[in-house]
Amino acid sequence: MSAITCKELNFYYGNFHALKGVNLNVSEKRITALIGPSGCGKSTLLRVFNRMNDLIIGSRAAGDVKIFGEQILGDGVELTGLRKRVGMVFQRPNPFPLSVFENVAYGPRIHGLKRGGGLERTVRECLESVGLWNDLKDHLKENALSLSGEQQQRLCIARTVATRPDILLMDEPCSALDPQATARIEELMQDLKSNYTILIVTHNMQQAARVSDDCGFMLMGELVEFGDTNRIFTAPADKRTEDYITGRYG
Amino acid sequence: MDRFISKLLFLAACSSTAILALIALFIFKEGLPIMAKTGIGHFILGKEWAPLSGQFGIYAFIIGSLWVTIGALIFGVPLGVSCAVFLAEFAPPKWVGVLKPAIELLAGIPSVVYGFLGVMWLAPIIREHLGGPGLSILAASIVLAIMILPTIVSVSIDAIQAVPKSYKEGSLALGATAWQSTWRVILPAAKSGILAGVILGMGRAVGETMAVIMISGNATTIPHSPLDSVRTLTANIAIEMGYAVGDHRQALFATGVVLFFFIMILNTVALKFARRKF
Repeated sequence: MSAITCKELNFYYGNFHALKGVNLNVSEKRITALIGPSGCGKSTLLRVFNRMNDLIIGSRAAGDVKIFGEQILGDGVELTGLRKRVGMVFQRPNPFPLSVFENVAYGPRIHGLKRGGGLERTVRECLESVGLWNDLKDHLKENALSLSGEQQQRLCIARTVATRPDILLMDEPCSALDPQATARIEELMQDLKSNYTILIVTHNMQQAARVSDDCGFMLMGELVEFGDTNRIFTAPADKRTEDYITGRYG
Repeated sequence: MDRFISKLLFLAACSSTAILALIALFIFKEGLPIMAKTGIGHFILGKEWAPLSGQFGIYAFIIGSLWVTIGALIFGVPLGVSCAVFLAEFAPPKWVGVLKPAIELLAGIPSVVYGFLGVMWLAPIIREHLGGPGLSILAASIVLAIMILPTIVSVSIDAIQAVPKSYKEGSLALGATAWQSTWRVILPAAKSGILAGVILGMGRAVGETMAVIMISGNATTIPHSPLDSVRTLTANIAIEMGYAVGDHRQALFATGVVLFFFIMILNTVALKFARRKF
């Protein structure tokens, strides 16, 4: 089943036409990567799916975007519910300046899970799922900002997973990390794939090739080509994709 | 030339520090003998202030300063912080451009005008509706609360705006509402800055003299209710300095010494909070 379907999506920042007629199907429980040079619109596209672009004054989306069959563009959409289902991990790890526990418990709390056994179990499960539990089980009360960059990013993933989303959006989640940490986060993504649909934006082509099942190449607001990652990287159909992959620009 | 200028600047730096040292020295020199004579305990905790018969106990004024300041914070902090939250997080940018300077303008109104308004307008209302003399802790608290608003609001706005945008984004992306994000993430992150603003406002409330003399009633007795008149430490000095001689004069300087420590402690605490990062 398609987790995300996107038909004739156009997006504007004021007069700037940032996304031009994007059509896209993201399949469930796979990792889909969006690649392309800086400013091509890949982050904008990602942020359409949890409506984070709404924060930017003067931005406007037109078209048809469905998450598991439900329309998410327009005024009637309940954003809190949408963002609970479509979680997001940011480029720079942004844990709250609260304790490790409170960071993970944040989502469950705001969505109404009260303190108690349930919450503690959720926090534990989420930390386990991102491989932090063993390191941090005795440091749950410590300030999250004292963790290493990699741990912070894992914590942010745990925090996102804690709201039980269907889809994880990842906006260059490794760009602030060193290569070893990057490799371990990529491994984590493979583990998470069985439970979540992951959509990752990266301008690191090797990363896209390593982690993703499907891959889309974007250029100047257009989705130039989309398909199976192996196929995109070995036999791109579009000349522009080929030029980008072979490093002729970007 | 460079050496000359750096020497000149060094001299300027020294002299401003020296001024502080000289003032402190002078106040202490004038104030300490009477404290020693009365006994520090008796001076600070003495309930009787009767300069003509040699009784110098400033307990009532310390209590007066304390209540008036606490009262000012009770009214001023919730109002000021809510105002800052609204302006920093919820108000349309156009409003902020008008409202923030307007609030900062409050700082430009001379304290005698605040005092005058308090005497002419606020005190009668309190007297008629709540009883007591009107000139009271309550009246002084309300007026001081308004006077410290600009400090609290502008420092708090800066503190809230200094919180990284990524915290708010992170919170919204988890499905939190704007208010939940503010209450659970932004305010805790801005806590130390807001606290610094509150403490700076508190310093202003402790030090304010003119408005307080006009509206607090200046009774030298220990107050029993918010509707009673009080005299603060600052008011005590200002009211009696005109005719004080000998021990009496020294006792006013000693009041200054106590005030000096009071405010120094507050400033130290404020700086400590202001420097702490998230």
